[in-house]
Amino acid sequence: MLTIKNLKAQINGKPILKGINLEIKAGEVHAIMGPNGSGKSTLASVLAGRDYVEVTNGEVLFMGQNLLELAPEERARMGIFLGFQYPVEIPGVSMVTFMRTAVNEIRKYRNLPQLSASDFLKYMREKKELVEIDTQLTNRSVNEGFSGGEKKKNEIFQMAMLEPKLAILDETDSGLDIDALRIVANGVNKLKRPDNAYLVITHYQRLLDYIVPDVVHVLYDGKIVKTAGKELALELEEKGYDWIKKEFQNL
Amino acid sequence: MTTTVFQQLAIDNIKSVFEQQFDDLINEPEWLRQQRKQAFQLFLEAGFPTRKNEAYKYTSLEQHFSGKFTYLSHALCEKINIEEVFNCDVPSLDTHLIILVNGWYYASPNQELLKQTPEGIIFGSLREAIKQHPAIVQQHLKTYFSSLASSLDYINMALMQDGLLVYIPQHAKLDKPIQVINLVVAEEAVQIYPRHLIVSESSNVVQILFCDHSLNASPFLMNGTMDIYLKDFAKVDFYRIQNAHNHSIQITNNHIYQSAHSVFKSVYVTLHGGTVRNNIYVHMNGEYSKNSMYGLWLADKNQHVDYFTHVNHNVPNAESNQFFKGILDDEATGIFSGNIYVDKNAQKTNAYQSNKNLIISQNARVRSKPQLEIYADDVKCSHGSATGKLNDDAMFYLRSRGISHKESCQLLMFAFASDITKEIEIEPLKAEIEGLVDKRLRGELSRCNRCSISCS
Repeated sequence: MLTIKNLKAQINGKPILKGINLEIKAGEVHAIMGPNGSGKSTLASVLAGRDYVEVTNGEVLFMGQNLLELAPEERARMGIFLGFQYPVEIPGVSMVTFMRTAVNEIRKYRNLPQLSASDFLKYMREKKELVEIDTQLTNRSVNEGFSGGEKKKNEIFQMAMLEPKLAILDETDSGLDIDALRIVANGVNKLKRPDNAYLVITHYQRLLDYIVPDVVHVLYDGKIVKTAGKELALELEEKGYDWIKKEFQNL
Repeated sequence: MTTTVFQQLAIDNIKSVFEQQFDDLINEPEWLRQQRKQAFQLFLEAGFPTRKNEAYKYTSLEQHFSGKFTYLSHALCEKINIEEVFNCDVPSLDTHLIILVNGWYYASPNQELLKQTPEGIIFGSLREAIKQHPAIVQQHLKTYFSSLASSLDYINMALMQDGLLVYIPQHAKLDKPIQVINLVVAEEAVQIYPRHLIVSESSNVVQILFCDHSLNASPFLMNGTMDIYLKDFAKVDFYRIQNAHNHSIQITNNHIYQSAHSVFKSVYVTLHGGTVRNNIYVHMNGEYSKNSMYGLWLADKNQHVDYFTHVNHNVPNAESNQFFKGILDDEATGIFSGNIYVDKNAQKTNAYQSNKNLIISQNARVRSKPQLEIYADDVKCSHGSATGKLNDDAMFYLRSRGISHKESCQLLMFAFASDITKEIEIEPLKAEIEGLVDKRLRGELSRCNRCSISCS
């Protein structure tokens, strides 16, 4: 589904990603862990199409297409979803308008008919129940005045609405209490299907108790330095990142 | 003081119109003729404002006034069938509809020029009211030579045609809003001088809606003046939708006089117009009075929109709020110049002012001048101004959900505008205006030939 080959990227001339290789297949859950500043969020930004990150080398294929030449909205319509680390507040744009516009744009791309107002509301209600989001939240402006937990739950709700093929969750667990964490993880698990995939970016092993990864990667200094099964996450939790740093800082 | 060529041309133009017209006004009462003369003298003394005048620094009007515009000394209604050309059809917006054509009150043959209810509410043609109720009109047109009046007001007084009069006596209640459609329908370029007077003595809310439109693309110059008097405990909601074509020059001079405990709320929405200058002067003359003003302008191409406000707090314990927003695209210019003046007696004044602008194109320009002048020492006042482009983070967030760049811009611009439109308290009107703003921002409302609120 997603193939990243020797991806290098910089921000304001400073190299951040220094040759990433990654292969994600349908049905898989990949976790990317790593210390602060290792390039995790930059990788997510590159995949979603944020323009302040400049790709200097390498390629990214998604469903066989060159992802890097597509606008963010085209990537989203193809099935890329980014769960933001810091969801943006947009006063004056209601959740309903936002989601209805997005769902219909994606349906148009998939050659599906536009949803009528009542069908849309019904669809939204189903998804709200599925991800256990407070029903009041969708009556408000996008993320405006939402608590940290509400914002993250709202990301999962949007993911449920848009039914992506590849969801990249950028530190969706940060700032969540244990109940919110469980709701977020449950949402992900319910939405998991053989034809979609997840890339879960996190600092902590905690989230991975709930969302069990097939593969765990460690990103350090712009490169994936270790790849293993889910037991790697436990090892990192126990030992921290220092041993990785020691092992690789001289390379 | 040196006079520029355009300034002299403008003065000469106005002079010649005044001299030609004055004899035609022989049927007017003597006090009005005197007042016109007096206003004309004041205009000659004050001269025509140019960009050297701080209040007109960013908008030069003398060039417009130096152009050739015909003055219509009577209504042109017989030539057209307004009902046929114009159909204002807004479902669920039930109003007393009043139509002004080229500055003149329009009434079909079987329609009266002035209505009077059993409670004593009077509304209709100002000119007719001068005949039937001279006392009410004279009293309020006289106080008009106020400290804040400008040359543009003097010109209007000297050349005024007709307009709206609304008088609401104490305890009376107007059953539905008054809607004024201010139309320009001339074949040739015309200059028009509407004059409106609104007086409320009632503590019941009076809602008044003005829509400015043009029916064809002939250039025109409008210099209108409106006086609104709120007596003790009066409540007035005022809405003005400006949507004339882009070859028009529209100047409005609005004077609001507030007595004790009165509440005035106004929302201005400028959708179209070549050069628009709105002067809004507020006199907080009564304690515990409250004034809220909201304004929104959407300008593109070469449009030039200039809002100028001046709020005078003359007494203690009054409150005023100003919130004005502009969206500027292409080569358009948007200007906000706002003044809060707090007299040394006006202790415990609360006065706030904010102007925000969104710039869509690199060539659009914004001038913003929020000003405070405070002579009292126990007041709460604030002013602020911010101008920027669409927020990158918000744009990316929307696009990352599959929404196109264009649609994301649209959503954000509409959200920006909705801070103002949400203040419209007549629900069907609000829905219509929001629909219009949406269309306008999409560039689909190039010129509206019918009433804006029937464009659906």
